[in-house]
Amino acid sequence: MINFDAIKDLLYRLADDELIIGHRNSEWTGIGPILEEDIAFSSMAQDEIGHAQAYYTLLNDLTGEGTPDQIAFNRKASDFRSCHLVEFPIVDYAFSLARHFCYEIAEAVRLDSLRHSSLRPLGELAKKLSREEKYHQLHAMTWIGQLGRATEESNRRMQEALDLAYPMALGLFEPTEMDEVIAREGLMAQENELEAAWLTEMEKQITLAGLRVPKVTDKTAYYGGRKGKHSEHLPPLLLEMTEVFSIDTEATW
Amino acid sequence: MVNIPDKEFILDALQEVKDPEIPVISVIDLGVIPDVIIEGDQVTVLLTPTFAGCPAIETMKEDIIKVLSGHGLDKIEVKVLYNEPWSTNMISPRGRELLKNFGLSPPPAFDGMLTLEVLRNAICPNCSSNNSYMMSTFGPTACRAIHHCNNCHETFEQFKPL
Repeated sequence: MINFDAIKDLLYRLADDELIIGHRNSEWTGIGPILEEDIAFSSMAQDEIGHAQAYYTLLNDLTGEGTPDQIAFNRKASDFRSCHLVEFPIVDYAFSLARHFCYEIAEAVRLDSLRHSSLRPLGELAKKLSREEKYHQLHAMTWIGQLGRATEESNRRMQEALDLAYPMALGLFEPTEMDEVIAREGLMAQENELEAAWLTEMEKQITLAGLRVPKVTDKTAYYGGRKGKHSEHLPPLLLEMTEVFSIDTEATW
Repeated sequence: MVNIPDKEFILDALQEVKDPEIPVISVIDLGVIPDVIIEGDQVTVLLTPTFAGCPAIETMKEDIIKVLSGHGLDKIEVKVLYNEPWSTNMISPRGRELLKNFGLSPPPAFDGMLTLEVLRNAICPNCSSNNSYMMSTFGPTACRAIHHCNNCHETFEQFKPL
């Protein structure tokens, strides 16, 4: 017996995170601090939106939810299951980089679990996506390492950015009601297990970069996204993202 | 015109469909066609995307249908799949040669997992030196990275190993 509720719960989260971070990263197109970084963030945005599309396609194929375009562009903020980290504005390059770093490490951990998913098409997709994500991880670690150790100013700014992004990133692991079912059915490991792997890897990478692991007093501070409770930053993002689609929702391209 | 489609004939015809972003290499040499299924007069071409977010997929789909229609086939379907994930190891030897002549460093072959060493190892398409370094993991398209050659001092693009 296939548990469709568990599959939906999982796929919406995976896809929504990718779509929203992809949109945020695309905001660097044309204004990146150097040409290579402009291109890097634009390319990663393209990959992430492509990954969202692949997850939405799976959702559509397996559970009969709407088409990828309908799901992506025709829902209200409270229907989104993305976490608060991805919807936060780009702030500056340091924050965008710190967020990208937190996110990529989490994605590596998650994809590692999804590769073994009992849901075969999801496992196969995860294998494909993890290869692409290698480049994102390499990019994130290279720059965190460079800026963490370059000058006093770059170290300070990287640390401040990490202090802001890190507690938000814990919202990536907010468990849903389906958390146990998902693990029991072998779809993916439980969130607390992924969180533990993330914390270990983060500590390793942060130390390598000459930075300090931020202290978190309440890991639930940025929870809510998985239940559709978002910060004030999501509605304006959706308004902008769906601007063209909303002109004519039935248009074909 | 053909009445009963023949697999060899179709694979041959698909040599005419090029990657829209690298117009020297065909979808066959690129290795993105895992199989062609023929049932009666219905032809199903399987297509596996290079990068999941590759915008060239739609164009490739349309081009496949256009080319096969031009060869007299009319029941054509193109199915995009992920279950045989594409890898740059699937690029044919001829494809690699074509990439090099196009000025793109062909992706190094690798076993199993992609490691940092594989990602960083690029052979300069101008002077064939492997004394190069990666300047950026992202280039003008999702599938290209930027490297610099320490030997001939040219900056070049590499088709990323994936």
